[in-house]
Amino acid sequence: MIHSLFLINCSGDIFLEKHWKSVVSQSVCDYFFEAQEKAIDVENVPPVISTPHHYLISIYRDKIFFVSVIQTEVPPLFVIEFLHRVADTFQDYFGECSETAIKDNVVIVYELLEEMLDNGFPLATESNILKELIKPPTILRSVVNSITGSSNVGDTLPTGQLSNIPWRRAGVKYTNNEAYFDVIEEIDAIIDKSGSTVFAEIQGVIDSCIKLSGMPDLSLSFMNPRLLDDVSFHPCIRFKRWESERVLSFIPPDGNFRLISYRVSSQNLVAIPVYVKHMISFKENTSSGRFDVTIGPKQNMGKTVEGVVMTVHMPKAVLNMNLTATQGSYTFDPVTKVLTWDVGKITPQKLPNLKGMVNLQSGAPKPEENPSLNIQFKIQQLAISGLKVNRLDMYGEKYKPFKGVKYITKAGKFQVRT
Amino acid sequence: MSLPPVQKLLRQLPVGPTGWPKPPEDGGVAEEVTSPVLATEAGQPTCYSALRADEHDDLKEMLDSNKDSLKLEAMKRIVAMIARGKNASDLFPAVVKNVACKNIEVKKLVYVYLVRYAEEQQDLALLSISTFQRGLKDPNQLIRASALRVLSSIRVPIIVPIMMLAIKEAASDMSPYVRKTAAHAIPKLYSLDSDQKDQLIEVIEKLLADKTTLVAGSVVMAFEEVCPERIDLIHKNYRKLCNLLIDVEEWGQVVIINMLTRYARTQFLSPNQNESLLEENTEKAFYGSEEEDGKDAKAEAAMLAKCKPYVMDPDHRLLLRNTKPLLQSRNAAVVMAVAQLYFHLAPKAEVGVIAKALVRLLRSHRSVQYVVLQNVATMSIKRRGMFEPYLKSFYIRSTDPTQIKILKLEVLTNLANETNISTILREFQTYIRSMDKDFVAATIQAIGRCATNIGKVRDTCLNGLVQLLSNRDELVVAESVVVIKKLLQMQPAQHSEIIKHMAKLTDNIQVPMARASILWLIGEYCEHVPKIAPDVLRKMAKSFTNEEDIVKLQVINLAAKLYLTNSKQSKLLTQYVLNLAKYDQNYDIRDRARFIRQLIVPTEKSGALNKYAKKLFLAQKPAPILESSFKDRDHFQLGSLSHLLNAKAVGYQELPDWPDEAPDPSVRNVEVPAGLSCAPTEPESGSEENGSSSSSGSSSSGTEEDEEEEEDSGEQSEDKEEEEVEKRPKRKDKEGSHKAVLGSAGRYALGRQGGAPSKNSASGALSSPCCLLVQLLSPAFSAVKTYELLHRMAGEGLAVEYCFSRRPFPGDPHMVAVQIQISNNTDTEVKNLRVNEPKPLSGMRIQEFPEIGMHLAPGDTASVVMGIDFCDSTQAANFQLCTHTRQFYVSIQPPVGELMAPVFMSENEFKKEQGEWGQGWIKGAAQKCQSDHTIVQQLTSAANVGRVPCGASNEYRFAAKTVTSGSLVLITLERREGSTAQLTINSEKMVIGTMLPGIAVPMALLSHPFCPMLLLKTLPCPCFCRVIPCPNLKRGGPSGQLCCWVEGAGWGIWDAGRCPAVPAPTEHSVPPVPHHHLPM
Repeated sequence: MIHSLFLINCSGDIFLEKHWKSVVSQSVCDYFFEAQEKAIDVENVPPVISTPHHYLISIYRDKIFFVSVIQTEVPPLFVIEFLHRVADTFQDYFGECSETAIKDNVVIVYELLEEMLDNGFPLATESNILKELIKPPTILRSVVNSITGSSNVGDTLPTGQLSNIPWRRAGVKYTNNEAYFDVIEEIDAIIDKSGSTVFAEIQGVIDSCIKLSGMPDLSLSFMNPRLLDDVSFHPCIRFKRWESERVLSFIPPDGNFRLISYRVSSQNLVAIPVYVKHMISFKENTSSGRFDVTIGPKQNMGKTVEGVVMTVHMPKAVLNMNLTATQGSYTFDPVTKVLTWDVGKITPQKLPNLKGMVNLQSGAPKPEENPSLNIQFKIQQLAISGLKVNRLDMYGEKYKPFKGVKYITKAGKFQVRT
Repeated sequence: MSLPPVQKLLRQLPVGPTGWPKPPEDGGVAEEVTSPVLATEAGQPTCYSALRADEHDDLKEMLDSNKDSLKLEAMKRIVAMIARGKNASDLFPAVVKNVACKNIEVKKLVYVYLVRYAEEQQDLALLSISTFQRGLKDPNQLIRASALRVLSSIRVPIIVPIMMLAIKEAASDMSPYVRKTAAHAIPKLYSLDSDQKDQLIEVIEKLLADKTTLVAGSVVMAFEEVCPERIDLIHKNYRKLCNLLIDVEEWGQVVIINMLTRYARTQFLSPNQNESLLEENTEKAFYGSEEEDGKDAKAEAAMLAKCKPYVMDPDHRLLLRNTKPLLQSRNAAVVMAVAQLYFHLAPKAEVGVIAKALVRLLRSHRSVQYVVLQNVATMSIKRRGMFEPYLKSFYIRSTDPTQIKILKLEVLTNLANETNISTILREFQTYIRSMDKDFVAATIQAIGRCATNIGKVRDTCLNGLVQLLSNRDELVVAESVVVIKKLLQMQPAQHSEIIKHMAKLTDNIQVPMARASILWLIGEYCEHVPKIAPDVLRKMAKSFTNEEDIVKLQVINLAAKLYLTNSKQSKLLTQYVLNLAKYDQNYDIRDRARFIRQLIVPTEKSGALNKYAKKLFLAQKPAPILESSFKDRDHFQLGSLSHLLNAKAVGYQELPDWPDEAPDPSVRNVEVPAGLSCAPTEPESGSEENGSSSSSGSSSSGTEEDEEEEEDSGEQSEDKEEEEVEKRPKRKDKEGSHKAVLGSAGRYALGRQGGAPSKNSASGALSSPCCLLVQLLSPAFSAVKTYELLHRMAGEGLAVEYCFSRRPFPGDPHMVAVQIQISNNTDTEVKNLRVNEPKPLSGMRIQEFPEIGMHLAPGDTASVVMGIDFCDSTQAANFQLCTHTRQFYVSIQPPVGELMAPVFMSENEFKKEQGEWGQGWIKGAAQKCQSDHTIVQQLTSAANVGRVPCGASNEYRFAAKTVTSGSLVLITLERREGSTAQLTINSEKMVIGTMLPGIAVPMALLSHPFCPMLLLKTLPCPCFCRVIPCPNLKRGGPSGQLCCWVEGAGWGIWDAGRCPAVPAPTEHSVPPVPHHHLPM
């Protein structure tokens, strides 16, 4: 299956290589560099590249290309999904999945990669098992290690691999038993010029942080599970219980994990929490234009819309922008032509507005299309779909855990066409 | 087996962790000098290599030291070198002797090093083998596994026999984890020495028969790499694999599903074979309207009903059913695998389920999107209808990368039909103004495709494209010209205006392809533009030498056509152009010029062809068909690398065509030793036992029914799934207790026969002889609902279920008999099963079952009966269930209906008793109740009551008494005119009265428009609030709304956690919450 893995940074340096079968020369990456050059933008590098003797399947995460070398037929998604799992594991272990983090922890990275694949076939990808095998680095531990010479490799044999519940490590013990659930919903929307919604849907996830001793068996129920149209589950969830009773019943992994992700049925109308008034125009002869955008709250169930940021990819002909913002601050990068306006919180009394002149390259034809506005925002303590957790029951253990739930609504791919 | 060289070598070596040969200092250096790797680097500057050698000396010293910390440090530095791709092979001798180091981390890093360089230093690598051989004998399974893993990863051909032996031994290891490792080792050995194939296949065959989920994925992977053609090995394991699938780890699932797709293609018949004829038609009317599709479907259905030669193999159905839940996996690869399985194997009507899951994947990372969209593009050509509801999910955002945009565009174009074309075109209009010009060009192509395929919008599209001709961007104009050319070819006569307009464009437009297209158009339709054509030729003649080759060819073409139609005006021009072309640098153009001159200009030499020149040039040309580049890609298995590349990848296994005749299905029959999870599902009806010979016929017709029903509304199917869930455990019981040997008749009966499960079948199955210690009580009522006491997961492999058998408990009439079914899914025996420390609430008593002294072997199931006196309350009885190693806290909570025993009385007695109470305690009106039979059945399944004979035809009476106190409960059900019914319950005790609504709810609210409870048929109402007591919410209705009875308030909807009688939800005191988490 997966033959080798190369990690390549943005400037084209191969900073890590790992082979699970015979060694494949680094020169195979030249095909990748070629494709990268052709694609211009990193986003456009084809995920699958065919070379005379190998196939290269790559992902781009956090400014790093993960390029895997394949020799025979394999489902491409299998490899892609695995590579993302590798990146997630790095993120989980080092707090970030960056070149420096990987270089600083190269031994742990190597040990991880060794455990995750055997002869190119995934072996242990569950974070709970990996953490039993290889302890994540912490400052304290690295100090202790350097003094005592003890190691990161767990000295108890990992039993998780053997159990029926491979996602949960054995012998978990906490003094404070807590279970937190974050219901995070993102609104994907395309709003057209006139302000009407072309397309909108709600995508949600429930991220959990479970710190419970022993082998708790949890069941989480919703007030309105009917809302969830399409759900994908962490493997710990008992599918049959969900099918029959719409209850999430599971023995959780220890620590942070994504319990479910869901889509709210498209029949439901999506409440769009903000509206945008815009007036963007370019004049042909004076090589200038006007830019005027106002953002206001709408249907936000009495909660404050905060963390509002607007990014606009301006046309190439734009040289500079002279704007005034009534709230927050804006930046315009003349190289990438990206305008970013960090608005902050919206108060309905005084609507934030960004207004001013756009300078165009003289002589260049006026841009045909107005740029679309990408909006980000956040609303605390609200799940826009109305999803509500009803209760959490725990069986199998005797203590009384502390249970908490948090709701957040965010903008996902929220785009306003102008 | 003999392995002389290696073993001899190994025997010579002093072994043991402390007994490592300490090579003399200079010996290591000598080794270094002879190492081939160093030799290759000899060309490097000497100072560099000297420096490097120094550095390595340092490392060697550290490795030779006694301190683990120094060794570790050295190994870390070496691994860092390997990671950076630097050569560290000269350290091999120093590293390899640490292979037996006590420190686990050092050991692991040595393994990393060893696996990396063993291939290059084969002789030295042999030194480590004995350590692993010892490891293979270790009592700890994890050490055995790890030894095998490293041993098999060392790519040294000389140890092949040792590896083979180790794999064979590990394949019959006690521990499933070691067996899994053995499965992983198989492809490693195979790639090292493919001559071992036959022996390896034997091991694979053995491991395929393994019943644990841990092994299944790995062995199928080995099968795929070593012997994918040996499909015959799968037969006996097919059903087991299907049943295990959901519990296999994600990566194994992908491999198994892909393999089973191929298997199914060779073993079953096409579920769409009846439609294949009709499909031809659909293919033609591909972009036809929705109604047509609908008609087709109807016609197909009609045809199916008429000829009905196709019956889906139950094994085929099993595969489809068991993979479906995996569409909800978090792993995109699993979802894609199931999607392709459905696409290739499912009946047309069922494929639709995958669309939702695939659309979900579009939210994922860019690379996932890319792969998914490729597959969706292929699917949307064959099965357009299935993605139509998700049309908007394919709308393009300006932030999408270009390759994603273009794929989405492809899907949108494939989905276009007469009903949605206007929406799609409006969307396309936005795209045309995009800044991404490649994308704009693709959009114009897409518009062209929509226009050719959907006649209705052809003119609209054409007008739109013509408007684009005045676009400022030349690329846009050029692309439009090319597309317009194709469109005009379909109906040239009506569009001479457009042709004229385009002729003018030749002055400005520079893109060669566009110029060539215009020239071709003018030449082809020169009779529509007789005045302009010669003028265009004149201009082109002038600029001929500066044109691109494709344009020159079209100029010659235009000249020839004009010469034939309008020789008077264009004769000289043609000669001129041909002369220019004669001396062109490009030989294609010179050839073409010579050829055309001979053809059109009559001379003595020119032959008979000359006469036909006009026919040759001005023949009616068929309009080009604009097709998707994804058409027919589905001959590759979807989701595969080959499909993505549209070319056969190395090692791709062709997806076979359906066979015309189904191979013998009995090859998949297995003699089942009382297995559990691995055993195939037995038919739910007891017809086989009853000796009915028509089983296969009836079961398959049931399947058909099932399918048809499934297409019905969502609510119903949900309803049904519930039923199925209830039934499944029942099937399991039977497998366990019967140890049935399934013959060819032992196939799956998937459909339900008729409405209600036949009573005698279930009871017959349960009352048949059991070889267990405790004499079992057969349940008195057929539809026994099984509840879970201990889930397999929570019980670490021990699964316990219980049901209320509704028979009096032998020892004590005040106790409710609870039948407990224990199945052992672990790999070890479970001993001394017993109930411990019952902690009943006040008054409650538990009569334990006798300890199961005998061992419950892996895979076995046992049934026992215990009695519980619940004191007529629905409080749960808590106790501990103990095995010889573990104890589990469990609780049994009785539904109200189970706290009663039926009483048989005459009508007069009933009336007398009822008269004593006067008014009934509760009355509920049911509207639109269905047949009487359903009502009675529902009531009897909800509560253990006895029927009382009744004179009136519209009344039903039931009587029971509570088990502990013996209080009477009388229930009257009166059907009113129309379809309403009234329910009256009389009860002696207040406490019973408060509970009774529990039974009444599903009855009285039957088909109440608001009551989602109806879907949960036999449930008692969860909220027994008489006045308020906060509802005991164990199970929620599907939408969070619950109906309840509130005394004095009547029926109400318990919505969003609020009881209609309770003003506000009760606040529970909770500690302060960090992180904005609200307490639940």
